[in-house]
Amino acid sequence: MNSNLFMVIAASAIFYGTPLFFAALGELLTERSGVLNLGVEGMMLIGGVTGAWASQHIGGTSWFVVLMSILIGTSAAALVGLLHAFLAITLRVNQTVAGLAITIFAGGLGLSSYFASVWNVAQRPATHPIRFLDVGGLADTPILGPIFFHQNILTYFSWIAVVVASIYLFRTRVGLQLRAVGESPQTADAMGINVVKYRYIHTVIGGALAGVGGVYYSLAIIPTWVDGMTKGAGWIAIALVIFGFWRPDLTLAGAYLFGALQSLSLTLKARNMHINGDLLDALPFIMTIVVLVLLSGGWAKKRLGAPASLGVPYEREER
Amino acid sequence: MKSPLRLERRLTQPKKLNWLVPLISIAAALALGAIVLLLTGKNPLSAYHRILETAFTSKSSFSGTLVSATPLAFTGLCAALTFRAGIINIGGEGQFFMGAVGATLAGLALSGQPTAIIILSMVVMGALFGGLYAVIAGVLKAKFNTNEIITTLMLNYLAGIFLNYLIFGSTSYWRDPQSMGFPTGKQLQPRAFWPSLHIVGFTVPLGFLLATILGMLLWFLYARTRFGYEVNVIADAPSAARYAGMRTRWKIISVMAIAGAVAGFGGASDVGDFRHVLDAKGLQLAGYGYTGIVVAALARYNPVSAVTVAILMGGLTNAGYALQGPNFPSGLVGTLQGLILFTAVAGEVLTRYRIRTQKSGALSEVAA
Repeated sequence: MNSNLFMVIAASAIFYGTPLFFAALGELLTERSGVLNLGVEGMMLIGGVTGAWASQHIGGTSWFVVLMSILIGTSAAALVGLLHAFLAITLRVNQTVAGLAITIFAGGLGLSSYFASVWNVAQRPATHPIRFLDVGGLADTPILGPIFFHQNILTYFSWIAVVVASIYLFRTRVGLQLRAVGESPQTADAMGINVVKYRYIHTVIGGALAGVGGVYYSLAIIPTWVDGMTKGAGWIAIALVIFGFWRPDLTLAGAYLFGALQSLSLTLKARNMHINGDLLDALPFIMTIVVLVLLSGGWAKKRLGAPASLGVPYEREER
Repeated sequence: MKSPLRLERRLTQPKKLNWLVPLISIAAALALGAIVLLLTGKNPLSAYHRILETAFTSKSSFSGTLVSATPLAFTGLCAALTFRAGIINIGGEGQFFMGAVGATLAGLALSGQPTAIIILSMVVMGALFGGLYAVIAGVLKAKFNTNEIITTLMLNYLAGIFLNYLIFGSTSYWRDPQSMGFPTGKQLQPRAFWPSLHIVGFTVPLGFLLATILGMLLWFLYARTRFGYEVNVIADAPSAARYAGMRTRWKIISVMAIAGAVAGFGGASDVGDFRHVLDAKGLQLAGYGYTGIVVAALARYNPVSAVTVAILMGGLTNAGYALQGPNFPSGLVGTLQGLILFTAVAGEVLTRYRIRTQKSGALSEVAA
């Protein structure tokens, strides 16, 4: 019973951690270029609602519909990322306020809810939800199977993404240049790196990955649209980047920890354990604050890994 | 890849930009909103016409607008105070909730007392609960330099869960023991209801009056006192403030306490003026705290303007409630408010920079 419970929690930690990881990875890449994006929550919701819409309106085989929904949700969120890039990079608006504006504009009371009501997305469940996928019979492996291989395609894709992102950031020339742009855009500019281009591209990628997280919510977790269904996941993703010291691998570990916290409430409630449900709901948010406090004091003060120019607009004239 | 737009720093800021920029911002937001409406097959002109009609142009509708404006005035003031002090407090939402919790407690416990005493204790308890809740994030920022954006946001979600716990998850003092099927909060006695004022045919909630007075007091605090001066210095030049011996940490905590108390006043007014009950679901659906940020940004973080802008946003909200239906989809009001926030912050750029279009790269050569 206990090992069984452990396996359920481990598997759902991965299941619920995956969308957090996608959003956090996007934020990580954006922040590595020196742009702070606080609009993640809004971008996730736009991705989620457009993905849910696509799933209801596209015809074809289940596979085709799922892929198209992911693609459409991701592209819509990428467009919102482009909007943030324009505000933050071209107009040099205060990035904190611009990101907040994105979340208010696109969030649970804004555009995502508008789209949902104009398109009647909330009326019916997604016709082709993202279901679990058994890769080559691995799901039958004892212990590891139910934990790691009873997952869906996006989760498998996230494992590829973490490897690719790590190699990209730390083992390629482009990744090095990206980090240079985030640390010191002046120096990067002097080296002939196009700061604006790097920042634009990574802000748009950040939006796209937030969109993948959003589609995961509306098609994999609860395959029916609910306004504001990400419930703060975008903000937890932003905190995860700090927990992960701006490294993809550690961010993945952090995402699973928070996935476990989120799933704990559902798992324990389903098993009739006598723990207050509200307290369990509160756990991820309390943990975020606690970890943030631990990381902001003492030895971590140097903010290991934080790009030095994070949130600072680059003005070429002022060299 | 050269950007076709170029920004040049302004050396002076023309005075007329102070009112011109917000005006242009709203016009631009309405234009962008019209595009969204057109793209989704709605008629923007009729939508805007109906908003204007429902929100502003008749006496009864304007009274409704003041009702919707009241909570936004408080949360707008809350955001304006902290943003101006360089603290990005997104926690107006949670502080508002906690204020409502405190005020409901006072209103229920003192139901035998005279109305004036009930109202006074509701206001004090609301401010206390909101203020103390904001101090959590303030202390974390001052002591550990913890990012207040994320902590205040997490505290918003926590306050929402706390409301759920009080009404749905427990048999607390706030919950009506008679409500069995769908739990609701305990109603206040009618003598605890806040009276509204009738001024030249308009119904003005007591809370709105309170917000107006607060706005003026807070303007005075920031513009005319030593405290306000030091807060401004800390916001603009933190290291200079420290060298000058200003107590930076203490100021951060105080500003958060004041801002939280203001949001808490709002929570008290929400219970006393309007709902007369701790409405866990309704409060969380309203999003007053987030709209307050839009209000503050459009008011350029000026407390007196924040109250005025709240009327504008309140009108939009009021129209949203009144018109909700197939021809007026939900989320439209939030979308418009978000667009206004975009154009307001983008408009800020116009006050600092001049926009030049670049021709054949000649200008950039000179500048570089």
